[in-house]
Amino acid sequence: MELIVALGIGVLAGSGVWLLLRPRTFQVIIGLSLVSYAVNLFIFGMGRLRTGMPPVLEPGTAGDPAHYADPVPQALILTAIVIGFATTALFLVVLLAARGLTGTDHVDGREREQS
Amino acid sequence: MSGWSSHLVLVPILLPLLAGATMLLFDERSRTLKAGINLAATLALMAAAAGLLYIADSAGFDSPLNVYLLGNWAAPFGIVLVLEKLSALMLMLTSILALASLVFSLARWHRAGVYYHALFQFLLMGLNGAFLTGDLFNLFVFFEVMLAASYGLVLHGSGVIRVKAGMHYIAINLVASFLFLIGVSLIYGVTGTLNMADLAARVPQIAAEDRMLLETGAAVLGVAFLVKAGMWPLSFWLPTTYTAAAPPVAAVFAIMSKVGVYVVLRLSLLLFSGGAEGPAQFGGDWLLYGGMATIAFGMIGVLAAQETARIAGFTILVSSGTLLAAIGTNRVDVTVGALFYLVSSTLAISAFFLLIELVERGREFGADMLAVTREAFGEYDDTEAEDDADVGMPLPATMAILGICFLSCAVLLAGLPPLSGFIAKFALLAGLFQSAGPDGAGTVAGATWAFVALLILSGLAALIAMTRAGIRSLWDSDEDHVPRIGVIEMAPVAGLLLLCAALTVQAGPVMAYMQATARSLHEPGSYVQDVLATPRSLPGALEHRP
Repeated sequence: MELIVALGIGVLAGSGVWLLLRPRTFQVIIGLSLVSYAVNLFIFGMGRLRTGMPPVLEPGTAGDPAHYADPVPQALILTAIVIGFATTALFLVVLLAARGLTGTDHVDGREREQS
Repeated sequence: MSGWSSHLVLVPILLPLLAGATMLLFDERSRTLKAGINLAATLALMAAAAGLLYIADSAGFDSPLNVYLLGNWAAPFGIVLVLEKLSALMLMLTSILALASLVFSLARWHRAGVYYHALFQFLLMGLNGAFLTGDLFNLFVFFEVMLAASYGLVLHGSGVIRVKAGMHYIAINLVASFLFLIGVSLIYGVTGTLNMADLAARVPQIAAEDRMLLETGAAVLGVAFLVKAGMWPLSFWLPTTYTAAAPPVAAVFAIMSKVGVYVVLRLSLLLFSGGAEGPAQFGGDWLLYGGMATIAFGMIGVLAAQETARIAGFTILVSSGTLLAAIGTNRVDVTVGALFYLVSSTLAISAFFLLIELVERGREFGADMLAVTREAFGEYDDTEAEDDADVGMPLPATMAILGICFLSCAVLLAGLPPLSGFIAKFALLAGLFQSAGPDGAGTVAGATWAFVALLILSGLAALIAMTRAGIRSLWDSDEDHVPRIGVIEMAPVAGLLLLCAALTVQAGPVMAYMQATARSLHEPGSYVQDVLATPRSLPGALEHRP
């Protein structure tokens, strides 16, 4: 399981970074989304990977931490997802505004001169 | 701390939140109402910040810190707000800049786009929260609040230049936020806590094999803050963005780069200075050399800049670089000077951003073209091209006052006597030489010499650039086209500069405050103890309150 998660994070982050460095604004925004998925998975992994463990204590029992997953990273991811979603939406608006004002979807607002 | 004054810590966060949320309910037609709410909230914020500064100042060195347990959960489990000397100072500085920028924008800039007032208050909320919080993840949330508001404000006034600069700014800061998250989660993975005080207590006990992971986390986290602070290889976005932003917005943004510096100062001293074993002051050399590279880059930029606004953008880099290098030296005496420099340079740069707009307004063809710096020559016509008639009472002797203000800015930024820039630089230099002496060696290290040289050279560069810009825009301009400037546009600039003058006159008490701040920063033991030992208030106590 660790290998699959690690590979998943690596592939997402790698493709995200590659897309981030591309010249088209749409590629940048997709890259940002992929990186944010990778980061969220990474936070999840920092709470240690365990299968079949609930993060919430059952009522009436004194919890033994060995039988429960760490709830804090899961809460962090929830916050990070919300914030990442909002900022990505905002970025999308700016992207459209830039497209409308400059007439191109290049990140610098103008095409590179063909030499 | 008892009674209502203990809840005062919440005011700098709640007040802007409520004010901003209230303003969202009104549409753009009721702009006067919004301006009124914004002004009232900012004034109240200033009063609260002054109260907090008084509380922090009057507390003795050994008396416990003002720790506020949100939700009444004890420290490592709940989120805490911590008021101590440095955060109180930053709150005060923020509210001063906010008031100056807001009053300036009321003349005309707040009409250049929608939701200016609401975004302005949310920005203040994020800034104040970042200064007050004692929890790493909470810091992330306040950072995002601040950044989200700043994304909106960068685009205020619209136009091609702002949208282009804003897009780069947003993309870079989004990536920096992801780095922030990676760093935070790595640190959590190793230590199992996010509370800064608890973290400081646990860092020395980390097993040696986990230490590298922790340092990786701290380094990634550091990169995220250094992007904000504008350290050299990460700073190319900063001058462009600040130049493109509307002047009142840029004036508030002057404090935003200081947020990064603030967090670096707080965390590096808290986490890595008290470590018994392991490399003490992790990353200090990086900060020192990176800071010096930033000064050098900013210096070259100041000399090379064609537009006056761009000079201001690069002076932010010089200021950030100086602060980072000073933090990198990790000496109490240098930190004292750095804190004084932080206040002085932030006020000066903020005043400079506002002043540039007024001066440049005279350089274009009279006031009806409305100085949006160079954009006025662009091919498009912006919404901010408003009628000039409603600036209010025009200021007499405009050129003379502008000239005096420009001169003061130049003197402050170059660090020449008699204003506070000189005292700040002198304190930095004195700290650098002084602390080299008693520490055994007696000689001044090579890196320190380089830092000293860069400090002085950066002052020279600022002086040359400012002289050139001043001649070009004040002496060289057409006599017939004196800019028409309202009193409420001039007042914030003059106010900020007068504050710098007051800093000079009152340098003794201010320096004493900085010394106490630096001392408590370099001895994080009491901070850790105070935060972790703060008792929960008992349920009975709440019920008995009248």
